[in-house]
Amino acid sequence: MASAPATLRFPHRHLLAIEGLAREDIRLLLDEAETWVETGRRARKHDGRLAGLTQVNAFFEASTRTLLSFEIAGKRLGADVVNLMAGQSSLKKGETLLDTALTLNAMRPDLIVIRHDQSGAVALIAEKVACPVLNAGDGRHEHPTQALLDALTIRRRKGRIEGLTVAICGDILHSRVARSNFHLLTTLGAQVRAVAPPTLMPAGIDRFGVTPVTTMDEGIAGADVVMMLRLQLERMDGAWVPSAREYFATFGLTEARLAHAAPDVLVMHPGPMNRGVEIASSVADDIQRSAIAEQVEMGVAVRMACLDLLTRDRRAEAA
Amino acid sequence: MTPPDLLIRDARLLDPATGQPQRGDLLVHDRSIAAIGSGLAPPESGQTVEAGGRLLLPALIDSCAFRTDIAAALAGGIATTLLMPDQVPPLDDPALIERAERLGKPRLWVRPLAAATRRLEGRELADLALMKEAGAVGVATGRAALADSAVMLRLLRYAGGLGLVTVSHAEDRALTAGTVATESEMATRLGLPAAPAAAEALAIGRDLRLAALAGAPLHIPCVTTAEGVELVRAAKRAGADVTAATSPPYCLLSDTALAGYRSFARLSPPLRTEADRVAVVEGLADGTIDMLASRHDPRTSDEKRLPFADAAPGDAGAATLLALGLALVHAGHVALPRLVDALTLAPARRFGLPGGRLQPGAPADLLLLDPDAPWRISADTLPGLSGNTPFDGLPVQGRVMLLVKGGDILLKTGGAQ
Repeated sequence: MASAPATLRFPHRHLLAIEGLAREDIRLLLDEAETWVETGRRARKHDGRLAGLTQVNAFFEASTRTLLSFEIAGKRLGADVVNLMAGQSSLKKGETLLDTALTLNAMRPDLIVIRHDQSGAVALIAEKVACPVLNAGDGRHEHPTQALLDALTIRRRKGRIEGLTVAICGDILHSRVARSNFHLLTTLGAQVRAVAPPTLMPAGIDRFGVTPVTTMDEGIAGADVVMMLRLQLERMDGAWVPSAREYFATFGLTEARLAHAAPDVLVMHPGPMNRGVEIASSVADDIQRSAIAEQVEMGVAVRMACLDLLTRDRRAEAA
Repeated sequence: MTPPDLLIRDARLLDPATGQPQRGDLLVHDRSIAAIGSGLAPPESGQTVEAGGRLLLPALIDSCAFRTDIAAALAGGIATTLLMPDQVPPLDDPALIERAERLGKPRLWVRPLAAATRRLEGRELADLALMKEAGAVGVATGRAALADSAVMLRLLRYAGGLGLVTVSHAEDRALTAGTVATESEMATRLGLPAAPAAAEALAIGRDLRLAALAGAPLHIPCVTTAEGVELVRAAKRAGADVTAATSPPYCLLSDTALAGYRSFARLSPPLRTEADRVAVVEGLADGTIDMLASRHDPRTSDEKRLPFADAAPGDAGAATLLALGLALVHAGHVALPRLVDALTLAPARRFGLPGGRLQPGAPADLLLLDPDAPWRISADTLPGLSGNTPFDGLPVQGRVMLLVKGGDILLKTGGAQ
């Protein structure tokens, strides 16, 4: 796959969602990310192009891996990375989200990475700050860098995305990962199935250009990629599903069930996994078929590409 | 002190009881309509307003508001507001009813609706007879439905025995708990917690059945779905003692207005699909939905400039009620006399209020209207406590030229001489 010329611009100020991105925008991000995969595999991983820029990771919802990934990505590019976590923030003291945004903005960051548990909260903050904003997950809405890293993983393993059959399985109703992946994979021409029990299948899902399927065996039949979603264990409380035992029996990805998929199926999971709930350990740990560790690696590369592309105009002005 | 006499000359008088506009004059004496006719002599003392052929209506009766907002009401041509009991504290005591009524004086008739249950908690009935005596014109469950069907049945029986109409919010409590939108493609795209539109039909169906069982009058204050309209239509056909209202957003917007997480479009009930919107307009046009109400609920920017699901629901609808209703008339969806009825006589009849008529002896609550005058709704300049309207920037037609309450001129703009 040809690498994009360095002069190509990402034509958006922020990265708030995959919905609305053109095929070319997504390809540009993936092509750029591809080059950072190599950087990450060197002994010396540093590239100083963001030197002097301040990157704030404002996480209003708990996260370990996404925060770490953004921090590593920023540091590899030479940015001054600062983390703000909800537990320590003044939001706990009753400050409104917009006041927090204005406070952050007054510190003149060059890029803000935001995670929030409310859909739309990241876009709301983006309206009030003077720098690019990167959505690291807002409520059930979108998690664009997750979809990008998933796409990069698939593209590297399969050589393409167009024409592949991808089954996204599990708690689709509450999943921002699923929504971002629907937009991205359908934009790039994959055949996407939304596989969930009827209680966890959102309304109007067919309008996303994906095929809803309510049984696992049918959902993954012949699939080239099976992407499992995390089931929040508190879903048992709201009568969404009866029990972890029954969920694993009906929707858990086991060796036996995976035999319905394509022989060279790729198994993915955004993490953190509930082993024995949505995925069997033997499947998760199968190095031939599971790309779960690789997804984490691609996450850093994709985030480096996003940080680089979103700050290019700013750096050009400074130069 | 009795205000001076007032003659409004050369108006198109539209009495919603007849629905036939007729050219003529109207004389106000001693806070009432004294005479209607042509060529009425100017009063010896008092003033004359030249209407220039503009439309003269009874002043509007807003059958549902959540706040007493006099400036917004006056700008909207409203002289009477039915106030929902969701106040701080809730209107569950005769003294609070009296106070709520007093807060509108002298410029606005506030007709409070009594809280159905103590603190609106849905368990014990409030002192409904005492509140009726204090001036409550009906009894209401407030912003939420009464979850317990046994309490609801007793409420209907008890209130019915007092001759009070029960106003019951129609959304199934369990289905809508924690949700902020209608289950639909839009809510899925935005990732918002959503309840099926049938939450309304479930509640209306239950309340219709309980009201029939109790033999008591029922009013559904906000019908927003096709299925809800159909249930009310069928119940009326079967002779049920039921009335219904809706509000302009449900006639003019669908849930596509939520795009971009615009929290001014966060309403309760939430905006529905386009098919529901069309059905609601049809219901209003054919009288299935009797009334059009503002559901006036001013919210500060602190309550609205939040992530969508955290933002307070509600819109400031009083100042725009008439103009948005007229938008349905101008578009040919609702006949003018039907709209005027929905904004005046229909609520007056249902809640036993004196206004809503243009006939000698009726109170001189009057509205002179230029139905064609264009203006643009602006959230920044909307009269009243707050400008949280989902219609910001919308061009509309219909200006209040003169508003008279009890013979007092409360509002007079340039066009009326």
